[in-house]
Amino acid sequence: MRHEFTVFWRTVLGRAYPRLIGIQREKSWMVFGVFLPLLGIAAYVFIYKALKSPPEFVGFVILGGAMTAYWLNVLWSMATQFYWEKETGNLQLYLIAPTSRMAILMGMALGGIVATTIRATAILLAGIFVFGVQYTVVSWWQLILVFFLTMVALYGLGMIFSSLFLLFGREAWHVSSLLQEPIYLLSGFYFPIKSLGYWVSIGASIVPITLGLDAMRQLLMPATQWGFLSVSVEIAILAALSLIFVFAAHRALLYMENLARREGRLTIRGQ
Amino acid sequence: MSPTWAIETENLIREYKPKRKRGDKEIPAFRALDGINLQVRTGELFGLLGPNGAGKTTAIKILTTLLLPSGGVARVDGVDVANDPQEVRRRINMVSGGDTCGYGLLTVEENLWMFTQFYGLDNTTARERIKKMLDVVGLQDKAKSKSTHLSTGQKQKMNFARGFLNDPKILFLDEPTLGLDVQTSRVLRQFVREWVRERPNRTLLLTTHYMAEADELCDRIAIINHGKILACDTPANLKKRLQSAAVFKLHTTPLEQIEHFSDLPGVTNFSEHRHNGRTELSFILSNENALISILSAIQQKGAHLISLEKREPSLEDVFVHLVGKSISEIEEQSVSAS
Repeated sequence: MRHEFTVFWRTVLGRAYPRLIGIQREKSWMVFGVFLPLLGIAAYVFIYKALKSPPEFVGFVILGGAMTAYWLNVLWSMATQFYWEKETGNLQLYLIAPTSRMAILMGMALGGIVATTIRATAILLAGIFVFGVQYTVVSWWQLILVFFLTMVALYGLGMIFSSLFLLFGREAWHVSSLLQEPIYLLSGFYFPIKSLGYWVSIGASIVPITLGLDAMRQLLMPATQWGFLSVSVEIAILAALSLIFVFAAHRALLYMENLARREGRLTIRGQ
Repeated sequence: MSPTWAIETENLIREYKPKRKRGDKEIPAFRALDGINLQVRTGELFGLLGPNGAGKTTAIKILTTLLLPSGGVARVDGVDVANDPQEVRRRINMVSGGDTCGYGLLTVEENLWMFTQFYGLDNTTARERIKKMLDVVGLQDKAKSKSTHLSTGQKQKMNFARGFLNDPKILFLDEPTLGLDVQTSRVLRQFVREWVRERPNRTLLLTTHYMAEADELCDRIAIINHGKILACDTPANLKKRLQSAAVFKLHTTPLEQIEHFSDLPGVTNFSEHRHNGRTELSFILSNENALISILSAIQQKGAHLISLEKREPSLEDVFVHLVGKSISEIEEQSVSAS
């Protein structure tokens, strides 16, 4: 058991390493990952300013923009990663190792979170210093807990998407494409989710970032009247989503790997 | 009680169902492995010899838990690969020749370190083994180079080194020297032999279509074609099967329509290969007198004999004897068919 635990954590660190080292060695990502997204967010800020919306809306956009980075990271740097690993031949080497597939994905997630946090921090700082957004933290521990639970649930969901790539090739790519734009709408990245109405918001809450973002907005902008559910309820739902998605990811990875072994789709022809 | 066999398969079958569009007629499944039975002893260097598409890689994929069999049983170190894959993975590793591994932005050393972590190796052990393996494959001076800057051959060497890092009990080498230069191939073969001999509990299963490699390295060889094991024995015993036969190799000027050679009395098998404007013919004869009719047939076709050599039976001859064609003939045919 102790050995399995050691293998698990070493795998996490081993697989996180290429991502962490990539941040240092390929600095071009700073332009594409930090500066360019800022321009897209700035466009929404100027729309709200032009419409003379309440000032908290600029704060919503900035926070939404920061959290968008994590969603994109889950979709394109984790969910689809098994596709690339299969193409390059690394996937079969991961799979013949006596390690957990979740540990490999956690390693990817950990490396991805570090890079994405740099991007999210840059967006928040730009919001504060360039657009004059003011955030007041109501409760640090709640804020940290919401962020942590949102990340666990979000990357758990990403692991479920990853399992699709064990079986499918480029076909599964469409799932990621399909999820990118609709989630911008359903999760209220650039507006308060409450404006979609109660039942649509409840439906959208299946994506962890919806409630995570709403709770963080309430915790950073206490004057807002746009909170969907109370923070404590949102924390409880996020905790439940975390458990459900992580468990479902574990089952999905086992199931899809077994199915892919049966159908001969863990490797591509010629490997 | 330790298991008797390091690798064991019983009537192992693997079928692939072709993709079918709606309305298409049902196409029968392609049988890549057709009931193979293998028993590899602990400490043995065992070879699977056959042309591309014979089923070698499919067998390795099943034994390394990447593929489930459609029928039969496969056990590695006594563990069923279908029922307990994680237990099998603790005992094995695999190297596929021609493949590379890792990420281009990491150095050679870093890539190898990453793979050691998937086996839970502590840093001291990992670094010792990486250093040793880089010495073996001659990449010491490239340890700090990003792998994206390596040549294809160097990337293959890095992948070869990776396969030994967890010191597996059972190692699968799938065409390990594919595309490597002669000198490097020789060094790697030498290392493989020493690695197995160092400790008696290590076992190595090698697939290759290089006859000389199988002959030089393997304690025993199974000849496989169309998913079936045609023969399994030591290289010496396999060659003994042709002891009563005479084996001749002839070079002639270009020769057309040679199919009828197999009908000549005394000709057991023959294979042909064309290169550099010459035709190379290999004959296995049950009676040496058949050579006279062969030479006269060549003359009748207007071709000239360039050289004639009588030699000891090789594994290539054993293969031709069993299959009816040489490996290179089969591969040339499959290339032209595709």
